[in-house]
Amino acid sequence: MNAVRDAFERMAEVDAGPTGLNCILWTDEQRALADAAAVEAIPSAGALAGVPFVAKDNIATTHLQTTCGSRILEGYVSPYEATVITRLRDAGAVLVGKTNMDEFAMGSSNEHSAWGPVLNPVDRTRVPGGSSGGSAASVAAGIVRIALGSETGGSVRQPASYCGVVGVKPTYGRVSRFGLVAFASSLDQVGVFGTMVKDAAVALEVIAGRDARDATSADCPVDRYSAAHTNDLKGVVIGKPREYFPKSLDPRIAKLCEDALDALRARGAEVREVSLPHTDLAIPVYYIIAPAEASSNLARFDGVRYGLRVEANGLREMYEATRTRGFGPEVTRRILLGTYVLSAGYYDAYYRKAQEVRTLIAQDFREAFDSGVHLLFTPTTPSVAFEFGAKSDPYEMYLNDIFTATANLAGVPAISVPIGDIEGLPVGGQLIARHFDEQMMFRGAFALEAARAEVS
Amino acid sequence: MAIGADDVRHVAALARLAVPERQIPELVAQLNGILSHMDALGQVKTTGVMAAAGVGDAAMPLRADIGPPIPLARPLESFAPQSRDGFLLVPRLATHESSGDDESVE
Amino acid sequence: MSAHGRTIADYEMVVGLEVHVQLLTRTKAFCSCSSAYGAAPNANTCPVCLALPGALPVLNEEAVRLAVLAAHALEATVNETSIFARKNYFYPDLPKGYQISQFDKPLAEHGKLVIGTNADGTPITVRITRVHMEEDAGKSVHDRYAGVTAIDLNRSGVPLIEIVSEPDMRSSVEAGAYLRALKQVIEYTGVSDANMEEGSLRVDANVSARLRGETKLGTKTEVKNLNSFSGVERALEVEFARQVEVLASGGTITQQTMLWDANRGEVRPARSKEGSHDYRYFPEPDLPPLQLARAWIDQARVALPELPAAKRTRFATEYNLTPAEIEVLTADVPLAAYFEEVARVDGDAKGAANWVIRDVRQLLNSGATLATLKLRPTSLAQLLTMVRDNTVSHAAATKIFAIASESGDGPLDIAKREGLLQERNENALVGWVDQVLAENPDVAARFRSGDKKLLGVLVGLVMKASKGRADPKAINQLLSARAAAGE
Repeated sequence: MNAVRDAFERMAEVDAGPTGLNCILWTDEQRALADAAAVEAIPSAGALAGVPFVAKDNIATTHLQTTCGSRILEGYVSPYEATVITRLRDAGAVLVGKTNMDEFAMGSSNEHSAWGPVLNPVDRTRVPGGSSGGSAASVAAGIVRIALGSETGGSVRQPASYCGVVGVKPTYGRVSRFGLVAFASSLDQVGVFGTMVKDAAVALEVIAGRDARDATSADCPVDRYSAAHTNDLKGVVIGKPREYFPKSLDPRIAKLCEDALDALRARGAEVREVSLPHTDLAIPVYYIIAPAEASSNLARFDGVRYGLRVEANGLREMYEATRTRGFGPEVTRRILLGTYVLSAGYYDAYYRKAQEVRTLIAQDFREAFDSGVHLLFTPTTPSVAFEFGAKSDPYEMYLNDIFTATANLAGVPAISVPIGDIEGLPVGGQLIARHFDEQMMFRGAFALEAARAEVS
Repeated sequence: MAIGADDVRHVAALARLAVPERQIPELVAQLNGILSHMDALGQVKTTGVMAAAGVGDAAMPLRADIGPPIPLARPLESFAPQSRDGFLLVPRLATHESSGDDESVE
Repeated sequence: MSAHGRTIADYEMVVGLEVHVQLLTRTKAFCSCSSAYGAAPNANTCPVCLALPGALPVLNEEAVRLAVLAAHALEATVNETSIFARKNYFYPDLPKGYQISQFDKPLAEHGKLVIGTNADGTPITVRITRVHMEEDAGKSVHDRYAGVTAIDLNRSGVPLIEIVSEPDMRSSVEAGAYLRALKQVIEYTGVSDANMEEGSLRVDANVSARLRGETKLGTKTEVKNLNSFSGVERALEVEFARQVEVLASGGTITQQTMLWDANRGEVRPARSKEGSHDYRYFPEPDLPPLQLARAWIDQARVALPELPAAKRTRFATEYNLTPAEIEVLTADVPLAAYFEEVARVDGDAKGAANWVIRDVRQLLNSGATLATLKLRPTSLAQLLTMVRDNTVSHAAATKIFAIASESGDGPLDIAKREGLLQERNENALVGWVDQVLAENPDVAARFRSGDKKLLGVLVGLVMKASKGRADPKAINQLLSARAAAGE
């Protein structure tokens, strides 16, 4: 109960008003307190009993709106709940708010929300990252310790890096997508933010696992990630892919990465150079596949069954008026791009080609892991959080995902852990593991976090 | 491959987006900018490479032919923009000629 | 006559048919909503078939089993791996803005269907390109409320199979034969009601024309809005004639969709949807490839009943019936089974055939169904046996049949109860003969003196005297014997 009250207190302090972070979109304090009280009344209420959490606004909840940061779903309250929400509630967690996001998860800065941008709690002149900017900021600002986001190209890890918190993208299929509003179905996963690695680990334990309502969810046993604490990494081989440490990488980030690797070495890990040769194709591949699938996934927003409808004389006119008014410019751009690359005459050259190259990208990871490497370590982002409006060219914005999108394309699990800061601005280091080997990923993450704690 | 104004108008129509004429040139430029980076893909040899089909080899899980359906916490009427007597209502199809029930002409 | 001097006879019709068949599952293809017909509008909906944000499809295993059964019945090869794909277009009865269907790798391919026999006895075969699975759309109702279209999504998500034929048909008659044969095969498998009037079977036709002798295919048009098999035949004729007129006067055919207007007997172009059919197919990312083990595929074939062609052949050899009789008796599985049970129990196939074709079918025509028919095959068999061994007369049998089909009682019990058993007791017969001869001395005298024509009259009088219980054959014999003996 207290934790929930504290969450609302903190929300009031940091989120609202003209200088507020704007990370929480919808909230219902009375309901949350009632939920907390109900949980308290149950003796064995679950692993997250009474723990407040927030969820990105593209995750379906039945008593708070789900707008995906878009006008086209303004006022929409889902009549069913996402599986991940059910699992968290069953574990006793209390939903205290839905968080702001780039519209339909398309963005890397949370500047593309219909409900205004989110500010980075560490430096309010800068972006928190995106698309799960609201969730990242909620954790960084201390409103909650656990937040749900979603990943398609890095939308949890990148804001985690910019805000100085932990962000996890599970293996594709590890967590149910039922109730996660689809952006790019073959890439989307619900991700988790945590103040510390343990917070994220517990949350993932609770939400992971096969769901009969999601045919892409995997029948794979879920380990006790929160128990992956260890100070001993003897026998663990960490790969350092050279393509993620180009000469152009900010040397301060490169230095922090090297420090992080030293910390892992100190715990007994061996560090090896490896190569993921198709890395530089990840952005083009991603920006064909994701918009293509999105153009199809967003066709259901047509004003017929729910959400915004702009009245018009004919059906065609109604569709166009609704969708044109309802979608923002980035979403519009990606739908056009996606429709184009799927259209007759272009499908083979673009979409099919991209899926073939995607196989090569996935193969890179498999070969690296097969060569005896247990984890890969890279910077999470090529820069620290940038200032609002700094990246106006769409493609330049897309390059923020350059170190994260490969993991989405290959489906492998990845985590961003704070490894330092540059002039106060957080820097994240990324650990990537084999499919379904979140256990190893957390092991490395706990070690990194412990090492930083020793330093400070 | 360069995308032109007509292409943009065409895909906008396919996607049911009414892009104002004045925005077309900017969109053409932006989309071309993005697509120019995709040309690198054309250089990559992918003969014999299968298009990616999900993670892992797991086959499609099937569902037994029984209910109950996933329940709605609130009825359709409570969130539908326009409904009547249980039906969803949309503006009368301009291309249709009256002949009662009709499945998609597509 | 055209500018080139060509007539319609110079051209050949080439037809391919796409048939959609609704599968008889309890629930929809991708969600657990009931797929039953007739519910209140939008009563059978859920987040999945309403395409609510975040909902996902999960495939119905029974839909797969039925689809595979249909593929086997059409002798198509079932692929161990098949892939679902999205067919993207906007229409209010298509909630997701795409239909989940199959494109590049369908469930089954390369099948065939025999639709008739040539004069020389060889079969007329239509090749089937593919059988694939997909989901149905909802229903749009345009005339219910002024100025708006009403949408009911109960049907959205009901599982379908699409059966695509090669353009092997060369006339509207062949097209009709294909449809009737296809419907029968599908009905036999039990996977669908396959009823065009009810909408569980739908047809789109592709038709083109070319000069006879030409091997290249002409440009085809697609004809939609077909509501009956005869409508298909008529529509093909009309569209073919239209195409011939265009071609014969030197024009070219535009590939387009035509709509059949059954009331006017016309085809006209569907109002153009610009951007026409760019469905932007791509593999459905929400559904991994469908993998079916070869052993499972083969095992599924076991559930196939004997198919119409095989049944007809077997009936011909086993029962020595005419083709016309076989045609009627094999129209559907239940009728054939009923007949065979009667024939098995009674032993006389011909007799069974007669009664089933005439009398049982008459009952069915007035509304009964074989499943609910009170007259069970064993009872009918008993009746037939009673007729054959003269326990009852033919006339009596007809009465017993009528009573049995109302009450469900056994024929022997009815015969006894109604006093319809033929009397064959020698004494009783003799008694009646004597009685009649005594009561009709003139007739008797003339009969004795050789007027054989009066035999029938006397038999009739004896039947009357015995209230129909006398065995007319026995009476006939008795009287003839008396006459021969000069009595």
